[in-house]
Amino acid sequence: MSGTFVGMPAFPEAAHRAVRDPVLRANLRHATHTIRAKRATAVGELSDWVELREAGRRIKDHTLRHLDRYLLRLEESVTAAGGTVHWAADAAEANRIVTRLVKETGESEVVKVKSMATQEIGLNEALEAEGIRAYETDLAELIVQLGRDRPSHILVPAIHRNRGEIRDVFVREMGAWGRPAPAGLTDTPAELAEAARLHLREKFLRAKVGVSGANFMVAETGTLVVVESEGNGRMCLTLPETLISVVGIEKVVPTWRDLEVFLQTLPRSSTAERMNPYTSMWTGTTDGDGPRTFHLVLLDNGRTDTLADRVGRQALACIRCSACLNVCPVYERAGGHAYGSVYPGPIGAILSPQLRGTADEIDASLPFASSLCGACYEVCPVAIDIPEVLVHLRERVVEGGPAVRQGNRVVLKPARGHAAERAAMRAARWAFARPGTLRTGQRLAARTRRLHPRTLPGPGRAWSGTRDLPAVPAEPFRDWWQRTRGGKDGAE
Amino acid sequence: MRVALFLTCVNDTLYPDTGRAVVRLLSRLGVEVDFPSGQTCCGQAHYNTGYRHQAEPLARHFAEVFGGYEAIVTPSGSCGAMVRELYPRLGERASAEGRGDTLARTLSPVVPRTYELTEFLVDVLGVTDVGAYYPHKVTYHPTCHGLRGLGLGDRPRRLLAAVRGLELAELPGAEECCGFGGTFALKNAEVSAAMGADKVRNAESTGAEVLCAADNSCLMHIGGMMSRLRTELRPVHIAEILASTEEEPAA
Ligand code: SF4
Repeated sequence: MSGTFVGMPAFPEAAHRAVRDPVLRANLRHATHTIRAKRATAVGELSDWVELREAGRRIKDHTLRHLDRYLLRLEESVTAAGGTVHWAADAAEANRIVTRLVKETGESEVVKVKSMATQEIGLNEALEAEGIRAYETDLAELIVQLGRDRPSHILVPAIHRNRGEIRDVFVREMGAWGRPAPAGLTDTPAELAEAARLHLREKFLRAKVGVSGANFMVAETGTLVVVESEGNGRMCLTLPETLISVVGIEKVVPTWRDLEVFLQTLPRSSTAERMNPYTSMWTGTTDGDGPRTFHLVLLDNGRTDTLADRVGRQALACIRCSACLNVCPVYERAGGHAYGSVYPGPIGAILSPQLRGTADEIDASLPFASSLCGACYEVCPVAIDIPEVLVHLRERVVEGGPAVRQGNRVVLKPARGHAAERAAMRAARWAFARPGTLRTGQRLAARTRRLHPRTLPGPGRAWSGTRDLPAVPAEPFRDWWQRTRGGKDGAE
Repeated sequence: MRVALFLTCVNDTLYPDTGRAVVRLLSRLGVEVDFPSGQTCCGQAHYNTGYRHQAEPLARHFAEVFGGYEAIVTPSGSCGAMVRELYPRLGERASAEGRGDTLARTLSPVVPRTYELTEFLVDVLGVTDVGAYYPHKVTYHPTCHGLRGLGLGDRPRRLLAAVRGLELAELPGAEECCGFGGTFALKNAEVSAAMGADKVRNAESTGAEVLCAADNSCLMHIGGMMSRLRTELRPVHIAEILASTEEEPAA
């Protein structure tokens, strides 16, 4: 994934900053709680939500099972409609393809529709290295780009910023990228939006190349779909002469009928809108209308490997609505940057360690960045059992095991740093298999109870730095039972 | 009726009062309680931390100890969810890995017979008024595994609402996780504590004296936060409230 995140510390350490930053905490809390409540209302309006969710899950499941077939069908349809399909095995290959395609147009700047896939591969940085400037046109992406920041949310990449911070970024940076911010800009949403509109208009009218992702690709007709709220995407998709779309292979759906389900569940889950304001669909090229050249770059970048995992593959069903982020209590406190990936929150915690592997410290720590409270599973519009995948990936980290990496079956070794825990778990299992041992331990704890501190040294410090330990009782329950009811229980 | 009490290893060791309360409550309702002394741990901590293979023998041990009982009652939403939701998954995974169906067969009898305490009272015994008396202002925290794992719904609240003398205060953000999450509390201590602190603050805002839940693991974490934050609030397990009477009042 994007080079931006290389060298990230592991999750608990990365979360440290956000947990202790009251402004950031307040920004996140306010934003997630507002959208959370709105989503619940928008979803509550549909009497058939349960069925829609199940239908979405099934369509995704079916498509993933036959992904090869639908991708070939898609390639055929796109080609027949006048587009060109390119296959990219990884980020580097995708970046090479896009860079070459832009260079072939003779242009040195592109306008971009908000896209997770291009962030995943670090496209902007790759283009920059080749002397091509990429302009983000989504308002929140613009804020991130101008602020030389990193996105912290799937849908609202600048969620960690408040209005005042955004105003400062606009005033300071806009001039260097194009039209400067209007004099006397305040932090009212309308003025900020107008400043962005003026700044972006120049770019739309000048750019000859547009770069996008897609929310869906329809195999039967070769149609790509982008849903958005602002209309910037539509400008980028219709004004330039050349359009290059970089899309993860899991975004294909078999037919137009399947869209019906997602066009209901996606906007309600993500922005709490009944329907998103702009839905742009394009099929290859059309004479006299829209871009004259269309390229589709199909991105693998770890997806086929993920598909090989029976439990983990459900992460590929994600439609990037971000509902799981908005409801996640860990995301709310840790912030999106702590996840060290363009995919933060619960979905990031299961997607990144699969796409990138668990060799890095940050990736190995992500499956543990959850209290397994299950709120993410409950809101997910395609019913991805995120807690199940988290636990499955924890197993991969602590015990190793079979996986597929770059198409090859491998047996992963446990990640470093878990040996002590593994030994403790084995010891506990050993004791728990022997009720007598457990009882001895309990009695010992009870007898030495006055010596137990309420705070702990060593590994227990993490607990007792912020919480007191419970006092050990004088007598464990089983001894009380034995003393008062002994003999009544035949199971001894 | 005769049931087996699965107290859980945490309650047995650290919260024997909860166990005594369950025994008193069920006996008062005419249920005969057994405590199979071979019981230890359901394996939840192992499973959830990624040690699925270590959880398997513990699950098998559980099934051996409790296999003969018609009903197994546990005062823990999370251990109840482990047996009901995750034991079947342990069995499936073992079969999928080509290790046969023996684990699934061993575990299957105990799965449908395991009830969380409030579920047992409302669904099996069909009571919501258990004759309890508890003259305190109480707020109820529905723990994640009870709420979303087992789907306890409003059963605990209905039971509390029927307790004489008890004033029930709605907890703001009730459905949000308290931040315990087993080993999460150790591995991500800071985030866990931040979640716990918010839970305590929300509980304080209700003016209640007692924060009640159906799981001592969450209460251990919340109680630890309360103690550190020096609030007047006390954590109390729901069994202790339901067992409390005028003759034998709980603290
Ligand atoms: S995992 Fe589910 S809830 Fe989260 S972003 Fe994806 S589709 Fe939305």
